[in-house]
Amino acid sequence: MLINRPPDIKSSEITDETLYWSRREWLASVGLGVVGSLALPKWLRAEQQQLKPDSWEIITSYNNFYEFGTGKDDPKANAHTLRPKPWSIAVEGDVKKPATYSFDDLFKGMKPEERIYRHRCVEAWSFVAPWLGYPLRDVIKRLEPGTKAKYVEFVTLLDPVQMPGQRRGVLDWPYVEGLRMDEAMHPLTLLTVGIYGKPLPNQNGAPVRLTVPWKYGFKSGKSIVKIRFVEKQPMNTWQLAAPTEYGFYANVNPNVDHPRWSQAKERPLGQLFKKPTLMFNGYGDQVASLYAGMDLRINF
Amino acid sequence: MTEAQVIRRVVKPVVWVAGLTPLAWQVWAFLTGHLEAEPVKGMEHFTGRTALVILFITLAVTPLRRVTRRNSLIKLRRLIGLFAFFYALVHFSIFLVFDLELSFGDLAMEVVKRPYITVGFAVLLMLTTLAVTSPQFMVRKLGKRWQKLHRLIYFAAAGGVVHFLWAQKKDIRLPLVYAAVLLVLLGVRLFPARRALPRPITSSQ
Repeated sequence: MLINRPPDIKSSEITDETLYWSRREWLASVGLGVVGSLALPKWLRAEQQQLKPDSWEIITSYNNFYEFGTGKDDPKANAHTLRPKPWSIAVEGDVKKPATYSFDDLFKGMKPEERIYRHRCVEAWSFVAPWLGYPLRDVIKRLEPGTKAKYVEFVTLLDPVQMPGQRRGVLDWPYVEGLRMDEAMHPLTLLTVGIYGKPLPNQNGAPVRLTVPWKYGFKSGKSIVKIRFVEKQPMNTWQLAAPTEYGFYANVNPNVDHPRWSQAKERPLGQLFKKPTLMFNGYGDQVASLYAGMDLRINF
Repeated sequence: MTEAQVIRRVVKPVVWVAGLTPLAWQVWAFLTGHLEAEPVKGMEHFTGRTALVILFITLAVTPLRRVTRRNSLIKLRRLIGLFAFFYALVHFSIFLVFDLELSFGDLAMEVVKRPYITVGFAVLLMLTTLAVTSPQFMVRKLGKRWQKLHRLIYFAAAGGVVHFLWAQKKDIRLPLVYAAVLLVLLGVRLFPARRALPRPITSSQ
């Protein structure tokens, strides 16, 4: 009944070497010596060794990025119009250092870390990616938010010329996402700038995106241009689009179904059969305490 | 060759080849790894859309007969309709094997819990009924009731479009195009033929 396709492992093993070298070149070019993964807590290092990243091809050719079209292959085909360089990020709200920072200034003196995370889409597919990013908490600490900063809102680029998908009103543009301050300050949360040690390709949210590995992918906004520290819970784009189907928290949860499909299982990209989805996408030991006492059926 | 002979010897083989081409393409893509990164979703979408398109072609036979005044086209209708059923069955089988891993308990749960699957499953049951009652002897056996029963195709087609629409996350442009095509196909039936055609004899020969 089932005919085996050639295993995908080989191609990624072949590309590993070239990626390794291109990573070193890139890191050298931005003045970085070592990827700071030695600073990782023990559990995360152990976890990372177990996960096998999917190939560059898989991670960069099957994307939800409606700014470039609603098809999964649209972003790769259309995102060449995005100009991720130069890039600036405005910091607003209750924060000591509000300003518009250039990409380089925002991360000045910081070392990006490689983090191999599971990525689970709300549509029940998944992959494993070796992200390269800066812990968001380190960036936030430098910006010094005030006491009214209970949430962090992330606004992504609004520019129908660079993002032709925005000419259609399929979503309310610009794409907005938000995190509670403790979620934003969690050591797992990244401002991601690369994959496989290379700068993010446009279709994955160049030049900087969020990575929140215990939440569904749509929480991880791409091509971020504004970070706001706010008191009230922000309204995120998908919640605005379909409030019964997408909430603010969007934690990966196999026990709470999407109204139209089950979240109990997921299909790793490139594979035929599904596998069980893990609570908080496998990061429960680290993040479950953030939601202690909350009804996750209500706060989906 | 008479018109009947042309249909039997030329047109029908063409319909067979055309009808099997989408399947051949999927099998080839499956075997050679040319499916998208979510291969199962890709196959489900492809076979589902194919079933709907062929169902629409089936529904186009009658209006086409009127326009072209070629009554013999009716002889193709059963074959085309059976291809629509075939792709719906393949579509369902892919779901059953790769998504539900042949768990009929899970199937029952999905059919009960998810409205778009309820509708899709109902469509499959309707198309199965139509396929089972399509052979000549069933037509004869059912007599006048056959015609009535086979009006189910309208509901199956409408249900198929609803199923397609309901399965979308946000972008519903394509299912709306399908809905528009179906409305046209059903709409033309509201206008009676200018000159009454002889009642279609549903026999294929």
